[in-house]
Amino acid sequence: MRLTGAEMVIEALKRENVEIIFGIPGGAMIPVYDALYKSDLKHILTRHEQGAAHAADGYARATGKVGVCFATSGPGATNLTTGLATAYMDSVPVVAFTGQVPTSLIGTDAFQETDATGITMPITKYNFLVKDIKELPHVIKEAFYIARSGRPGPVLVDLPKDIQNAEGEFDYPDNITIEGYIPDPPVSKREVLRILDVIKESKKPIIIAGGGIIISEASEKLREFVNLTKIPITTTLMGLGSYPETDELSLGMLGMHGTRYANYAVSECDLLIGIGMRFDDRVTGKIEKFAPHAKIVHIDLDKAEIGKLVNTFLGVVGDAKRVLNILNEEIKSKGLSFDFSSWHETLREWKEKHPLKYDLSDEGGVKPQYIVETVGKLTNHKAIIIGEVGQSQMWAAQFYKYIEPRTHLSSGGLGTMGYGLPAAIGAKLGRPDKIVVDISGDGSFQMNLQELATISHNKIPIVIALINNEYLGMVRQWQELFYDKRYSHTSLSGNPDFVKLAEAYGIPAKRVTKNEDVESALKEAIESGTPYLIDFIVKKEENVFPMVPAGAALDDMIG
Amino acid sequence: MKETIGILVKNHPGVLSRIAGLFTRRGYNIVSIAAGTTEDPKYTRITIVAEGDKRTLDQIVHQLNKQLDVIKVIVLGRDESVRRELALLKIEIKSGMERLEVMEIANAFRANIVDIGKKIITAEVTGPTEKVNAFISLMSEFGIKEIARTGKIALSRGPMSIREEKEDIEWEEE
Ligand SMILES: Cc1ncc(C[n+]2csc(CCOP(=O)(O)OP(=O)(O)O)c2C)c(N)n1
Ligand SMILES: [Mg+2]
Repeated sequence: MRLTGAEMVIEALKRENVEIIFGIPGGAMIPVYDALYKSDLKHILTRHEQGAAHAADGYARATGKVGVCFATSGPGATNLTTGLATAYMDSVPVVAFTGQVPTSLIGTDAFQETDATGITMPITKYNFLVKDIKELPHVIKEAFYIARSGRPGPVLVDLPKDIQNAEGEFDYPDNITIEGYIPDPPVSKREVLRILDVIKESKKPIIIAGGGIIISEASEKLREFVNLTKIPITTTLMGLGSYPETDELSLGMLGMHGTRYANYAVSECDLLIGIGMRFDDRVTGKIEKFAPHAKIVHIDLDKAEIGKLVNTFLGVVGDAKRVLNILNEEIKSKGLSFDFSSWHETLREWKEKHPLKYDLSDEGGVKPQYIVETVGKLTNHKAIIIGEVGQSQMWAAQFYKYIEPRTHLSSGGLGTMGYGLPAAIGAKLGRPDKIVVDISGDGSFQMNLQELATISHNKIPIVIALINNEYLGMVRQWQELFYDKRYSHTSLSGNPDFVKLAEAYGIPAKRVTKNEDVESALKEAIESGTPYLIDFIVKKEENVFPMVPAGAALDDMIG
Repeated sequence: MKETIGILVKNHPGVLSRIAGLFTRRGYNIVSIAAGTTEDPKYTRITIVAEGDKRTLDQIVHQLNKQLDVIKVIVLGRDESVRRELALLKIEIKSGMERLEVMEIANAFRANIVDIGKKIITAEVTGPTEKVNAFISLMSEFGIKEIARTGKIALSRGPMSIREEKEDIEWEEE
């Protein structure tokens, strides 16, 4: 079949079963948009390319499929970068197509020329600059294959305008392999089974589940494993939802704002099994004092993660689901059983003694923790919750109580303010059956609020729960605790009237100033079936606790 | 520790900046880097001498392996490999006496004299880094005007090519 480059892009997206594209056109991308115009592929025009990248990311995280975004050359491409870096840090499969100046002009500082592949090299899993129409079908196939296989990540395809216009034979391969790339390395059963020997010797084991569980769709196998072994489990921020937090053996999230009992458990355990996680500094606290009594077993698909930051007693390279399956089958066939009851007792005591808490009787505004808890109650813990970055993000992580994978979306690795609103768009369009709630700080919200137009125009029923503390709250919290309350440029006074702002976009909105009104307002918003913003005027100087100060050991918590 | 790493990569545009960029981004130290085509023009061979502790060097190998353009990474230990470097030097000479001395030392090092002028001798020396360093150090007593070095290249000893070598990482103290 002979097609132009632009038509090839659209045809290839169909072959990849792409349902939706997020993007903004521009001079160097017009041919592709023209081919799009003639097709029935769905495209959502965002109001900023960063929004397009985050929306593709949110779609990918919520569905497990590859998210796709378009941008033009130059400023279009540079605007994508924050979104690509966000997806890269959290291993999210996204394919971005950017327009580029014609090949004959590359390198001449042509109008809207920028070195898109050069700029995105360190923030993509791979990228391509297509210089020959003959390569294009294969490149797109590779882009999707690379994005979704192995440890997923964003891939960028840069398309010079003359390549979009050129004609060529469209020969789209069904399957490809890439020399030297082994996305799913064979798992050594012998090595995996050694984990069981280590567990047998242990008295106080703990599992840390990370985002890898969700990526590999291993939640079921993880539940089975915990059920068979009765090993208590904590998750990272990225792992929230991989195991039901309502379960007795769950210790919730660990780390800087993790539960006391999870952090104590890690500091006290004699065996730590990390699965699909990467010992980020927000998880470990002071690394020299991390899990000081533990043998560390680390299961990860990415060999480079093993031994990167902590000394591992046993490292297993492999897909989490496969590894857990081997373990489960062995335990069942051998009828193995384990007894950690005295460890369970200790943890139960810690849980009772140090629950996550807040004081609802407190004056001075709505309690953000209560908002999140109420969202949890009203949605049976089954909504998709999008966090922004900062205090609101941490409250969303601590108080919702996640029970299903792909229901908590948050920029964990990069900590990108402005992620939430556009990611919510992608999530809702990918999972229309789900209630989607963006729990957003007032600072973060303003970093991508232009997407209100996208939401309004496309009637995307997202609930925006604005945690309005008139502060860049998390930074203010650090300033309060560690900089003697010198609030250097963290006040957001000058905020707009968010209710009027939403209304200006045609989005219904309401202001809530009292705890008593939280539930009814949320109920109304969720049941409205339309986009809806609630401006929660929260207690301004509320802090996120408990907290491990930067550089402290995990069990050295304040608050 | 300083270690020599051989990398076989696909000869894609930008592959060198990808590899070099990995080192910058992750803060790894490159002592030298040399690249050239191989027996098959589709592939490039890069030799990097890197410096770091064991964990860093392990990381370097794993991160390199993760690059999509990388086919194979091997560690080239001193005893198991032939490692060479080439340097060109312009040496300043002040007298006929000095000229003879330079030529004598060059001879002992099997260095080639590639150009002789009234005040400058250009010499080419090849060998393991230590030998090249020793030659440079001796010549610096006369005065060195300019040096160009290739950086180290290396092949494993024995019949196997990089594709056939085992992947185990074994570092040795240099
Ligand atoms: C793009 C970006 N800029 C700056 C930061 C640094 N930062 C982290 S949290 C935070 C404050 C966030 O404020 P807000 O969204 O209002 O959330 P709050 O902490 O008040 O709940 C800032 C500025 C960041 N993470 N991302
Ligand atoms: Mg705020």
